[in-house]
Amino acid sequence: MSLLQVTNLSVVFPTDAERVNAVRGMTFHVEPGEVVALVGESGSGKSATATAIIGLLPEYAEVSGSIRLHDDELLGLPDSRMSQIRGKSIGTVFQDPMSALTPVYTVGDQIAEALEIHNRDVTRRDARTRAVELLELVGIAQPERRASSFPHELSGGERQRVVIAIAIANDPDLLICDEPTTALDVTVQAQILEVLKTARDVTGAGVLIITHDLGVVAEFADRALVMYAGRAVETADVGSLYRDRRMPYTAGLLGSVPRLDAPQGARLVPIPGAPPSMAALPPGCPFAPRCPLAIDDCRAAEPELIPVGPDHRAACIRTDQVAGRSAAEIYGVSTEPPADIQDADASVVLRVRDLVKTYKLTKGVVLRRQVGEVRAVDGVSFELQQGRTLGIVGESGSGKSTTLHQILELSAPQSGSIEVLGEDVGGLDRHGRRALRGDIQVVFQDPVASLDPRLPVFDVLAEPLQANGFDKNRTDERVAELLNIVGLRREDASRYPAEFSGGQKQRIGIARALALQPKIVALDEPVSALDVSIQAGIINLLLDLQQRFGLSYLFVSHDLSVVKHLAHRVAVMHKGKIVEQGDGDQVFTHPQQDYTRRLLAAVPQPDPNRR
Amino acid sequence: MTEPVTTDTATTAKSGVDVAAFASRRTLVLRRFRRNKPAVVALLLLVALFIGCYALPPLLPYSYTDLDFYALQQPPSTDHWFGTNPLGQDLLAQTLRGMQKSMLIGVCVAFFSTIIAATVGAIAGYFGGRRDRALMWIVDLLLVVPSFYIIAIITPRTKESGTVLWLILLLSVFGWMISSRVIRGMTMSLREREFVSAARYMGVSNTRIIIRHIVPNVASFLIIDTALNVGIAIMAETGLSFLGFGVQPPDVSLGTLINDGKTSVTTFPWVFLVPASVLVLIILCANLVGDGLRDALDPSARPLRRRRR
Repeated sequence: MSLLQVTNLSVVFPTDAERVNAVRGMTFHVEPGEVVALVGESGSGKSATATAIIGLLPEYAEVSGSIRLHDDELLGLPDSRMSQIRGKSIGTVFQDPMSALTPVYTVGDQIAEALEIHNRDVTRRDARTRAVELLELVGIAQPERRASSFPHELSGGERQRVVIAIAIANDPDLLICDEPTTALDVTVQAQILEVLKTARDVTGAGVLIITHDLGVVAEFADRALVMYAGRAVETADVGSLYRDRRMPYTAGLLGSVPRLDAPQGARLVPIPGAPPSMAALPPGCPFAPRCPLAIDDCRAAEPELIPVGPDHRAACIRTDQVAGRSAAEIYGVSTEPPADIQDADASVVLRVRDLVKTYKLTKGVVLRRQVGEVRAVDGVSFELQQGRTLGIVGESGSGKSTTLHQILELSAPQSGSIEVLGEDVGGLDRHGRRALRGDIQVVFQDPVASLDPRLPVFDVLAEPLQANGFDKNRTDERVAELLNIVGLRREDASRYPAEFSGGQKQRIGIARALALQPKIVALDEPVSALDVSIQAGIINLLLDLQQRFGLSYLFVSHDLSVVKHLAHRVAVMHKGKIVEQGDGDQVFTHPQQDYTRRLLAAVPQPDPNRR
Repeated sequence: MTEPVTTDTATTAKSGVDVAAFASRRTLVLRRFRRNKPAVVALLLLVALFIGCYALPPLLPYSYTDLDFYALQQPPSTDHWFGTNPLGQDLLAQTLRGMQKSMLIGVCVAFFSTIIAATVGAIAGYFGGRRDRALMWIVDLLLVVPSFYIIAIITPRTKESGTVLWLILLLSVFGWMISSRVIRGMTMSLREREFVSAARYMGVSNTRIIIRHIVPNVASFLIIDTALNVGIAIMAETGLSFLGFGVQPPDVSLGTLINDGKTSVTTFPWVFLVPASVLVLIILCANLVGDGLRDALDPSARPLRRRRR
């Protein structure tokens, strides 16, 4: 008997317009002490599956099938009964630790609350002692003192540790982790995975982890279910999944992950198209429209999960075509980087010297007085050459975004100098600054926030042109050209940003940055909000654009693998300073500084043998 | 929805490409608004009422001051379509006259106070710093001034023709503060959004950013605010007229008419019902138009035609 047995689970969200089939017939089990991963892109139904297990789906959702915990059926239990199971038998860790904790109670009280709710006879003092023990277990230093801190006084990683402490407070049998590391820095991610391993060992619980990060799966999980369009399309233990995947989708997912061992400029294997709408699935295999191996039989009927090896199942009738071939072969694309014909003494387009940016810390409401300052950027110097990419890597709070925005402001820095195309921005008047704006443009991280939701795509793209005196005809022409460059259709121009998928929105953002034919493009984490298969397409697009237009990229990212693919030179930032700078390959293969080494070691790699 | 990997086929734009087909924001908003039938009907009705109350009176046999001594307090008939009041005045003529005043005051006050609120709120929120502090100080000052007394003192002293202008001016000046605070807050959160930084980095001027990005993004609030303000302004004018501070007799507004009729609601209902229903109709239409505009401007609002996928 398994700890958790899910049989034929389906979840339907009936909306006004259509019925969304979020989960369609999931069957799997979790054994005690086992880590099972649900992997998939956004919208594949993995979160809906987890939410159905803990019984927190909205009331209008139609759930059918069976979910048995210790052979007790959970589906159909009243909410009051579920409340006794949640937090006691099932612990949950959410993605965002800030919103998972109540800001007005201390973390000690919140852990104690979890204990008191499920054990009536526990005294306040005992709960408090246990809370401190739990904090120590999840690796928080000085647990006695930190128990009386409020959530905002802790760092992101510490908050997630507290959430884990709450989840394991009542010694649960099952731990459900919904993207537990996604909102965290790389070095913290690795630590949190360690804490989760400890938590599993201490409680002996089965773990169901939901993630889109194939690196996390390889590091942490024993068995994985790859989900697509609400169904499992391949299930296997992690070792054989990475070694011998049989479903073209899995092959594509693995091929689209940027790797630390790839050379600069290497193309990734994107999966063409976008996931299907869950309201109107085509007949046959839902992946067929994006599958390079699809034949007519694929479109006729949806394949069942069939065994292809010991404990290895795939929902595909073409598995023999996948075995032993690389993703690039399957998808028929070349990943070879083009020959690097850059001359070493290309002109310098951006030169930053000793850049400093400080924020004053003030106290007092009526009489403000300065009590200190935060050096967000502390003496940063670098150069960017024509047609090259400089990657600035660092964790959150390292000052990398501040540096970028300081450059984009094109105003005199507090100290140091910024030279764009040979002109010192400190000496620019308003007209000079406006003229220079056309040469340096930016692509933001969040494609949703960076496009005005009230403007149709045409107006988004036309805005920089109109602001710089293009007339109607030339604007129309240029917009059509830009859409073409980033691979969108002309009809898309009259639609609103909300109607596009994440990858398409980011393409619009890139098109807008290219509108004025800039020489330098600043990329502020341009792919970190995207799914891996979409991310691969954007990285390829950026590489192509650089080749076609000779663009220079200033690429800011926390994701070292992505930087490895794009950057010729890399600068590693830590606490406002550049701790290491050099050629991309050199920094990644022979890091000189301790911090760089730690960063590199923390990156989860999609390779289960590394464990 | 396919996302092609860029290929080398993407070249520079060919001249002679059909570029006229791009629908801009304005056409899209119009198209979405036109799909909303109740809003279109309400807008037409509102326009008809507005034109009607100015165009009809010269065509009627009675002016609003004429007394018909053969028809005192008569129910609606072919002579007097809406009946007459105790003095024998024609209610249709009176209502139309009242609508002229009330609609003018309501619409103008709503527009002016919303424009002031949007301007002040957007400037204070977008620029911050000294401008913010100065403008918010004015807002605080106006909030503590007893506006009702000031209006009550000033309007009776104005000449007959100027009363309406003064009412519009005073009601607008004292009616924008709360909305402007809301808009300031919304602007401050919008200012941090990336599309505003993107526009700044593209060299778009501050004025243009406020007009093109900030104002449309607070538009749903502005429109609801305007629609509600029409009702509030008409109510304010009614209240003032009732107390004798607003429109002065012998001139009439919807407010004075409703107040005249309120004593005979049960005995001679038409005297009260006619101006009251007109008031309800105006406010209902204004709200429907407001809703329709909000849905048209806000792409996240439920589209009225189901999209085919």
